Amino acid sequence: MNAEYRGVWTLSEVRDGRIHPVSYELLAWGRDLADSLEVPLSAVLLGHNIAEQAGDLIVQGADQVYVVDDLELAHFRPDIWTKTLTALVNRHRPEIFIASATSTGRTVMPVLYVDLETGLTADCTELSIDTKERLLLQTRPAIGGNVMADIKTPFCRPQMCTVRPRSKKPLAADPARTGKVFTESVAPESLSSVIKLLEFLPEKNVGAPLQDAEIIVAGGKGMKKAANFALLEELAGLLGGSVGASRMAVDLNWAPYSSQVGLSGKSVTPKIYIACGISGAVQHLAGMSASDTVIAINSDPEAPIFRVADLAIVGDALEVVPALIGRLKS
Amino acid sequence: MRIGVLVKQVPATENVKIDEKTGTMIREGVDSELNPLDLHAVEEAVRLKERLGGDAEITVISMGPPQAQKAVKAAIAMGCDGGLLLSDRRFAGSDTLATARTLAAGVKQAGHFDLLLSGERATDGETGQVGPAVGEILNLPVLTFVSAVESFSDGYLTVQRAVEGGHERVQAPLPAMISVVKEINVPRLCTLGGKLRAKKTVIPVLGADDLPLPQEHLGLAGSPTKVVKVSYPQITRSGKKISAVDNPDGAVEAILSLLGARGAV
Repeated sequence: MNAEYRGVWTLSEVRDGRIHPVSYELLAWGRDLADSLEVPLSAVLLGHNIAEQAGDLIVQGADQVYVVDDLELAHFRPDIWTKTLTALVNRHRPEIFIASATSTGRTVMPVLYVDLETGLTADCTELSIDTKERLLLQTRPAIGGNVMADIKTPFCRPQMCTVRPRSKKPLAADPARTGKVFTESVAPESLSSVIKLLEFLPEKNVGAPLQDAEIIVAGGKGMKKAANFALLEELAGLLGGSVGASRMAVDLNWAPYSSQVGLSGKSVTPKIYIACGISGAVQHLAGMSASDTVIAINSDPEAPIFRVADLAIVGDALEVVPALIGRLKS
Repeated sequence: MRIGVLVKQVPATENVKIDEKTGTMIREGVDSELNPLDLHAVEEAVRLKERLGGDAEITVISMGPPQAQKAVKAAIAMGCDGGLLLSDRRFAGSDTLATARTLAAGVKQAGHFDLLLSGERATDGETGQVGPAVGEILNLPVLTFVSAVESFSDGYLTVQRAVEGGHERVQAPLPAMISVVKEINVPRLCTLGGKLRAKKTVIPVLGADDLPLPQEHLGLAGSPTKVVKVSYPQITRSGKKISAVDNPDGAVEAILSLLGARGAV
């Protein structure tokens, strides 16, 4: 029965009426898997007035796009997303279905896999194919990144997982790529939601949402007081980044919870993570040690943060950060 | 009004060990605690009860080994009314689907609930899948990443969801399932009275035979995902170390040159 399931699918994300770049990261993941399996890579695109953007998914690596374009899908709502995706999966039977571990992916996939009666692996950082068994090998950190687990879904289909945003670069756009766009329809009852979106309240916080940020300037106890977080905002502003914080700084109300990095906050993988006055408790390292480049500034030469740092500056962040800002401005 | 809170007992994260053969956690001899993120779900349930003038009954439901009773009691000490523990050797090795099916069966057994709450995720498995999955099995609207409960009346629930770039205000009919994030509240400390009450509360325990679940949905056998290998990564980088005390200019220079090399300036 598993042989009836063929192909690799990715769940595209739309924010503010545009396909969000995490959708293209998923295609980079999916392309490798589809090529190993010698099957097509398909992107699923749900939304309203988004059909004309389907071509962008082909340019970014998809062979096929399944589009459901409906007013009811203008905003994410887990119930109708699940019903629509269940209908599509049962119709076309992909062997693998991946989504990004965003608030949307981490909501819809845990609802969808129940209906499809299959397995789901959260927040993977590596995916590959065991070609001998034709199975998806899903690798994910657990227990604060202290453990890496390799997970398979041998008997159920599709094999489903979410992957951590920013853990892979999108493929280079190739305007010469061709593919097929299928406009799908689903039963009207699949588009009837009991959930109502009343309003969206945007964050007043400047900069990109933390998980999307290419550069994060994060502060901890070594920033000494709330007012000093203004320095981090200034530095982040100069670098085009966002501000993060340790749990300690959030607990002291120096920064909002939405900026908390670590085990009980967010896991982030920016290109550059600048840790200012953060000692680097295991729980914090769990949320940021996979960043491409880590720069740490701390007055304690033995601070654990230095173990994961590419550049360790032993000194007071309250002196180093202003000096750095001064140099960047001049 | 009946409110259910799903909680998990987790190992205190610093001293976790894994059985290399089965890929599951060794729980014996490791200090355990109520999942820190579940405290916020318990707190929110207690606050909702207070908002309703006490006209609600809160039941804490957990699946785990017999000693997970402690986690259920910790929640009762914060102000919940009663508990239920699902415990059976046959539940061992459950992945998130098998866990969700077992918990959903337990919830059903405990009767009708107007609202179910869970934490965002457990700090050991870190999947965040069980709460939403239980909601879907019970055919409830599922609202995740809830950062505020605005209203809870007339058969409707209005909440805020913390999503990328802001908050969504969302409404759903009751009964419903919500998973809450840490920013929703600051959990209270339990009082001596609460602790005494928890101590006296008898927590019923249900096993596999007490739940209307087919054998093939239980434990390791009922788990579609299989852990095939476990490894312990050592993320260390042998970074350059510079003292900003001895060489302040050199330190800033080194940061600038690394930022430059990475295309940030």
